[in-house]
Amino acid sequence: MAETGATSVTPDERCAIGITFGNSYSSIACTVDDNAVVIANEDGDRQIPTILSYVDGEEYTGNQAKAFLVRNANNTVTSFRDFLGQEFKSIDPTHCHAAAHPKDVDGGVSFTIQDNVEGEPSTVSVSEISTRYLRRLITSASDYLGKKVTSAVLTVPTNFSEKQREALIKATTAAGIEVLQLINEPTAAVLAYDARPEAVVEDKTIVVADLGGSRSDVAVVASRGGLYTILATAHDYEFGGASLDKVLMDHFAKEFMKKNKDVDPRENARSLAKLKAESEAAKKALSIGTNASFSVESLAEGIDFQSTINRLRYETIARKVFDGFNRLVEGVIKKAGLDVLDIDEVILSGGTAHTPRIASNFRSIFPATTAIQAPSTNPNAVNPSELLARGAALQASLIQEYETNDIEQSTHPAVTTVPHITNAIGVVSLGDDGEDIFTPVIAPETAVPVRRTVHVATPKEGGDVLVKIVEGNTHIKVTKPEAKPKENGTKDDDEDDSDDDDSEEEEEETREKVWKIGATLGEAAVRGVKKGSKVEVTINVAGDLGVTITSREVGGKGGIRGVVKAP
Amino acid sequence: MTTATVVSKPIPALAEGWSAEKDFKPLSSITSSSQRTIEPVGPHFLAHARRARHKRTFSEDDRIQAQEKAKNIEKDDDDDVSEPEDPMMLQREAKDWKSQDHYQVLGLSKYRYKATEDQIKRAHRKKVLKHHPDKKAALGATEDDNFFKCIQKATEVLLDPVKRRQFDSVDEKADVEPPSKKDASKNFYKLWSRVFKAEARFSKTQPVPSFGGEDATKEEVDAFYNFWYNFDSWRSFEYLDEDVPDDNENRDQKRHMERKNTNARKKKKAEDNARLRKMLDECSAGDERIKRFRQQANAAKNKKKFEKEEAERKAKEDARLKKEAEEKAAKEAEEKAKTDREANKKAKEAAKNAVKKNKRVLKGSVKDANYFSSGGDASASQIDAVLGDVETVQGKVDPDEIAALAAKLNGLKVADEIKAVWKGEVERLVAAGKLKDGDCKSFI
Repeated sequence: MAETGATSVTPDERCAIGITFGNSYSSIACTVDDNAVVIANEDGDRQIPTILSYVDGEEYTGNQAKAFLVRNANNTVTSFRDFLGQEFKSIDPTHCHAAAHPKDVDGGVSFTIQDNVEGEPSTVSVSEISTRYLRRLITSASDYLGKKVTSAVLTVPTNFSEKQREALIKATTAAGIEVLQLINEPTAAVLAYDARPEAVVEDKTIVVADLGGSRSDVAVVASRGGLYTILATAHDYEFGGASLDKVLMDHFAKEFMKKNKDVDPRENARSLAKLKAESEAAKKALSIGTNASFSVESLAEGIDFQSTINRLRYETIARKVFDGFNRLVEGVIKKAGLDVLDIDEVILSGGTAHTPRIASNFRSIFPATTAIQAPSTNPNAVNPSELLARGAALQASLIQEYETNDIEQSTHPAVTTVPHITNAIGVVSLGDDGEDIFTPVIAPETAVPVRRTVHVATPKEGGDVLVKIVEGNTHIKVTKPEAKPKENGTKDDDEDDSDDDDSEEEEEETREKVWKIGATLGEAAVRGVKKGSKVEVTINVAGDLGVTITSREVGGKGGIRGVVKAP
Repeated sequence: MTTATVVSKPIPALAEGWSAEKDFKPLSSITSSSQRTIEPVGPHFLAHARRARHKRTFSEDDRIQAQEKAKNIEKDDDDDVSEPEDPMMLQREAKDWKSQDHYQVLGLSKYRYKATEDQIKRAHRKKVLKHHPDKKAALGATEDDNFFKCIQKATEVLLDPVKRRQFDSVDEKADVEPPSKKDASKNFYKLWSRVFKAEARFSKTQPVPSFGGEDATKEEVDAFYNFWYNFDSWRSFEYLDEDVPDDNENRDQKRHMERKNTNARKKKKAEDNARLRKMLDECSAGDERIKRFRQQANAAKNKKKFEKEEAERKAKEDARLKKEAEEKAAKEAEEKAKTDREANKKAKEAAKNAVKKNKRVLKGSVKDANYFSSGGDASASQIDAVLGDVETVQGKVDPDEIAALAAKLNGLKVADEIKAVWKGEVERLVAAGKLKDGDCKSFI
């Protein structure tokens, strides 16, 4: 995935940062003593609006440029990231409505802007716009770090095509930056969480909901021993921060119209821009507090407007959008062939993820055991707006000491594409009533080669024991309250696989995940185990899916080693 | 993931009668798998990529990583800057620092000019920890900080690039003595290359061409000797200067000392150059490669000479053969010309005779025709006119035509026929423009 452009830097002189180049907002981050730190630009913003504006030949970015959306919309370029590497006919220019409009130049996307003091407005390609914007980001980072930034890891959405990736690399290289690697946004978010000092490496299945300004992307990521595999992704261009802004805009516009007959602020471009800016501010305020005030001077026809809104009202009018997010998440889990019970963690990322209602909605979808990583549900959660940049910065610090060649070879599909076992592998142990219980050692969807070790208890009296290594898979057992709970969950019918959450809640069923024992891979005997000691079982699945099982008493020597041939 | 998770539920006891070879029964392979792409991100992926690219198993990778870690630790250790201390050295007086071996004081005698700044720093720190006067005082020893001062002085010299260079210039302990002839006969290349390697530390131009082994090419050997005969050395001998009095009182004395030092330096430098030159001469004299190249060159030269002579001889031979061939050809041509001439002569005579005979025939024919007189003997004037016309015709035609005419006339006796022939001939000649229309009237 990593490609070098014209700039080639040796590992010693590299100064690498992480960049999240978003459609609405961008962030830059670096690492200080292995901790990722998001860098604030000259204005003190850590989320820098992806906007470039030209006024009298002066270039403005970030919030300064955003302010010009009201007065200088024609020379202000917004939401251009998604246009990179795209043909004009395949772009969605909705979000550029109130700014410079994209133009079709030789099939590619360009903007016509007045970027000089005098003369004709010039036509600038989206690639050049991106380069200019990235150059500003880099300058901010270089100023902050006090040394020249040479390299960067950038995050991209999972559905970025090869062409878009190439275009992004080209635009970044043109800004004088070596692209170390492009990493997928959900992975960056997971990495940012896993890199926290308190994080433990464990097998878990994570839903990453990246709710941005103009688009929402969700992905199911299997994290297995620190290796991440994306199981499914879903993208949505309807529901995002902009749609929440729209809800508020409509709300306030109606309020305004109630007071001032027949004056619709949405009909005037300038009023619309003001309305939008203030609505976004109100939305952000509602993510923090329960009330937000809305006040715009001279909103339309010179009339000032002032109003307030509380969170409840906001959540009511925006319910449609929130439900959209829910459906998106449920859809992606289904796409991955999983159930909400299989999800161990939900990571919320992106600016819109600050909204408390979204997190609490997710809380109600997922079982109590699932951790919802959002600021409103978990006080220790990482700021969702900073997740991606942090992940990119961490990855940059990890790989910056490697030669470009090394990075290229390591990210080659030959290295990254490996078989993943479909079923879990585990040991059979005895339940309280003497029934066989499957205990997973290697989770399903784990990349091979893999090695796991478990310590298993033995019967109280010790002696000879049997280590039985089996495959297992899960299914969802639904127990209706009136029905007698079944203890032995080795059998189940498929009727309850259709997970209609609403009906489930109404009927108050209890749904649980049970393991079903599948094919037996091998059996080993460990003889003469002492009382109360444990048996250590190491399962090693090779790259060709051959399994080596080693079992011995903990602390004992030798052990039984057996090989199960590759299929 | 080497840490083991603990499963609290016990595993079953071994059933009666369960037995297998080596206590293990493989039963079934993994039933299903799918190809997926791992995200190339995070520290664990780096480990995965390392294993995949070097084709290591988990345990191999663990071992190699552990080794690398161990190596790093070892490097942090000061093993490379420790060596036993000479008790005599510890007794040194600090004021004699000029004569001390700074590398030995810091325990770097096996590195000398190769010691890095980092090594010097670490060695210094180590020595300071050991020999600090406060530590000695704590042990109850007398206040003897002489060796500590030696250490400080050594570090001061070695960490200052200028001073270190001056010291390295005169650090003869780093020199390698040229081998004796007897040693060199056995191990010529190895021993001499060591000498030059040590000597190369003084070179201003780096890298220095290597001495090479027995199979070095002529270019390499030439380059080596050319380099060393034009050696550009930074070696200087300030370090051995006598102390210049620092007082202002005796300026003349000071200047005198300075001059003396400058001269001494120059002299030493010249001596050093001479020493190097002598060493090189000695080395090149014993260098088998040079002899070999000379022989090869001689052989090549001889070969050229021989070839040249051969070419000359051949050219001479060729010239001789050519000449002979030419002479022969000339002779043959002459002979041929002679025979041709004779044959020509004969043919001419034959032709002359034939012409004469034919002319006789022509004249005879007119005589036979009685000189075309119509009756009786022809008058003398008529005879003259006819014979004159015959002469004219004869003069106008070449011998072949005369022969043809003679053939026509031969055997003809009747005067009219003869006249007709003559008439035809004259008409032919008139048509050819050889005769004028009015000529030879007697035939018409």
